[in-house]
Amino acid sequence: MTARNRELIGLIPASLLVTAGFAAVFLERGSLAQNEVSSLSLTYGAIFLGLCLAAHVFLRFALPDADPYLFPLVAVLACFGLVMIYRIDEQLARQQAQWFVVGLGLFMATIVLLRDYRKLEQYRYLIALGSLALLMLPRLPVIGAPVNGAYLGVRVPGVFVFQPTEFAKLGIVVFLASYLRDTRHLLVVGARRILGITLPPLKHFGPLLAIWGIAMLLLVVIRDLGSSLMFYGAFLALLYVATSRFSFVAVGLTLFAAGAWYLGTTVPHVTDRIDVWLDPLDPGRYPTEGFQIANSLFAQADGGLLGRGFGGAMLLTPGGSPLLPAPQTDLIYAVIVNEVGLVGAVAVLATYLLFVQRGFKVALLARDSFSTLLAVGLSSVFALQVFVIVGGVTNVIPLTGVTLPFISYGGSSILANFVLLALLLLVSDRARREAAR
Amino acid sequence: MSRPIMRLFGTVVVLFAVLVAWTSRWSVFEAQALRDDQLNKRPLFAALHVRRGAIRAADGTVIARSVRQRNRTYRRAYPLGALFGHPIGYANIVEGQLSGLERSRNEALSGQRSELDSLLAQLQGKRRAGDAVVTTLDVAAQRVATEQLAGRTGSIVALDPRTGAVKVLVSSPGFDPNLVNAPDGLAPLNRDDENAPLLDRATQGGYPPGSTFKVVTAAAALDSGAFRPDSVVNGDSPKTVSGAPLRNDGDVSYGDIDLATALQQSVNTVWAQVAERLGKATMGEYMERFGFYALPPLDYPRDQMVASGERANGRLLPPTSPAVDVGRMAIGQDKLAVTPLQMAMVVAAVANDGVLMTPHLTDRIVDADGRTVERVEPTPWRRPISARTADQLTEMMRRVVDDGTGTAVQIPGIDVAGKTGTAQKGAPGSGITQPWFVAFAPASDPQVAIAVTVEETVGGSGGTTAAPIARAVLEQLLTG
Repeated sequence: MTARNRELIGLIPASLLVTAGFAAVFLERGSLAQNEVSSLSLTYGAIFLGLCLAAHVFLRFALPDADPYLFPLVAVLACFGLVMIYRIDEQLARQQAQWFVVGLGLFMATIVLLRDYRKLEQYRYLIALGSLALLMLPRLPVIGAPVNGAYLGVRVPGVFVFQPTEFAKLGIVVFLASYLRDTRHLLVVGARRILGITLPPLKHFGPLLAIWGIAMLLLVVIRDLGSSLMFYGAFLALLYVATSRFSFVAVGLTLFAAGAWYLGTTVPHVTDRIDVWLDPLDPGRYPTEGFQIANSLFAQADGGLLGRGFGGAMLLTPGGSPLLPAPQTDLIYAVIVNEVGLVGAVAVLATYLLFVQRGFKVALLARDSFSTLLAVGLSSVFALQVFVIVGGVTNVIPLTGVTLPFISYGGSSILANFVLLALLLLVSDRARREAAR
Repeated sequence: MSRPIMRLFGTVVVLFAVLVAWTSRWSVFEAQALRDDQLNKRPLFAALHVRRGAIRAADGTVIARSVRQRNRTYRRAYPLGALFGHPIGYANIVEGQLSGLERSRNEALSGQRSELDSLLAQLQGKRRAGDAVVTTLDVAAQRVATEQLAGRTGSIVALDPRTGAVKVLVSSPGFDPNLVNAPDGLAPLNRDDENAPLLDRATQGGYPPGSTFKVVTAAAALDSGAFRPDSVVNGDSPKTVSGAPLRNDGDVSYGDIDLATALQQSVNTVWAQVAERLGKATMGEYMERFGFYALPPLDYPRDQMVASGERANGRLLPPTSPAVDVGRMAIGQDKLAVTPLQMAMVVAAVANDGVLMTPHLTDRIVDADGRTVERVEPTPWRRPISARTADQLTEMMRRVVDDGTGTAVQIPGIDVAGKTGTAQKGAPGSGITQPWFVAFAPASDPQVAIAVTVEETVGGSGGTTAAPIARAVLEQLLTG
């Protein structure tokens, strides 16, 4: 069976899931009009399946050899997210569906425009500077605005809040993949052992220190531990794959830990987050900083092993005030655990893990270093994003405002992650074609 | 570069395993602790979707009911407003605040049954619903009692001495439980320290009982066998008690008089001497028999009741303590802090041939289908005194009403047995008093026992201030 036919079959579970999901939400709402249950949920399912089929047909022509599982996995995540958002707020689901259309457009445009994605290397410093500029945007007056003390969004009046971190993560991965392709041998060859630790030569170690400094600066600038962790983690993953030196990673982690500790004890906003992380159920902090994480945990406890079913989670108090803040973005994972339980949440995490596994598979197949590093970087940053937000919601790490890829509501997130998918498919198409040859 | 990639993927798998572990921790392993966490309002909000059972008066009048709202939740409504603020209390489910009978009967009202029962109900497709509580309270008498105390601070408790059923329980000023359920309704009531409307004076108010306590002293004197109603004691004024002179009301000297007359005229010096002769141990024993030094066995939240007895610095002082002035305690002064409910229990025991029935507000619990799930049967709690002592005391208390300090309570055609009390409050000579009246009627066949007190009047006495109030309530309860 060809890769594309496997992809087509892979889309079936996604379309079944979206249809069944909508039907479940309608039933829970008590829409006893059978017509509405069947026709509307089928309509949603059909539209979604139509979009996926269109993208699939496009891939048949544009990237016939690309990995067959990446796109269906994204379709499963996206349709699951769409059902969750529909259940939270119908209006938002409609907007999210529109973002999917735009995202698929951007996805196709990326594939057409970047057929030879390796030309990105020529613009790597421009891309790096652009990414950093994007990250600084939210600190600019007027357009930037802190959300819960973190600077992550840029207000585009009347349209939406643009999340530059979503796009910056792509740019930084492209830059690092390209930079490390050039310097990886130099880093290894010139390495010296000092006090039992293998350190890269100072000349090439300098830029790495600079990257560490930038990550720390980001922490100060955007005041968000999670985003910094995501960027820096992707950097360490790439450094490790490029050099095969675990000691570099150890040094990098130590530096990050030192910086994070310093900031965690001095920047009040970060200190608050860490205090709440250490004791999420402290009654003194519950009305303010602790409200979000405490109610996230309560929602998960309410879900239990099998969950309350689609539409069964309690999101508002009987008085109409939010019981679970930001259920469609930051805390959507808590809603998932609440409604489909531990079992459903594990299934979602497994889907992400499969996606990441396919991404690494692409990296293994790729023949040139840049392609390998690009695939590793994209897969790592994707995995880390899932870890940062799910880890935050489950209090593994302090909770920060990152979206759950393809599931959370948000235009920037959808668009950026479709570009990420397009890049992975581009790399895999070339890698598999070259491997087959 | 393939080995680092494999290892990197291994790291990602470990990270995801941590996520699964933590999700399991909150959703399964520590879920029960999270559900029980006091910060977690979800169980309370879920309770809002349960139709809470109604609370009814003895005649079926609805005191509290649940009203269905648009968003499929229920709101508590109290159609009689402030009339039964005490003792029914309030149920503000959203805030998790319950008081009074709403709290002590919460399990029945909210339909909390055993796991098996609720499983069976679920299989039968029944919605969870609370049981109704039918109380022993009398709406008309409660209304009369509330009106009598209107504008004053005080409390009235009326029991059926034969069963222990609470007929009237008024604490003034009261509060409208409908206000508590309004947003920010509770805080102003809580802050009002001057009027303390949320304080249930009937069960939480500790007051000096004044001469009404002589009923307890007389019960101890007669029942211990040390005295008889015709025992003679010198009633001159003043007498030295515990090293300080004690005077009768108006500094009247009565000469040698029997105990019956001493009760009829409320002669302080006689009862102080009686108690000194009985001793602290005997006095303490009879107080405990009547229920002092213990929480009343009422179906009411424990922290909304206080034990009566001698108190110092907010703590109960044993009757045998050297700090107790037994002579002054015998006439209801010293450090006595007694609730109106306790005094009503004392006269109820005397009225019921010396047997104190368990006081109760709940008559029965009725499920959603109208079946009686539980009935509170009259049960004897204690026997503080013998039937003979009770008969002698009844006779003595009748004389108080017929021809003594309590004539204001006389009701044509009904013989009433009672005792007045006028406790001195504030500095000596300030004229600030706390009038009391305790009684039961009809004396020959008691159906009602009552305790009335009014806080801090200027120059009021038990006979002039409290007795007319008791009369009005008794009349309502006995003649309708």
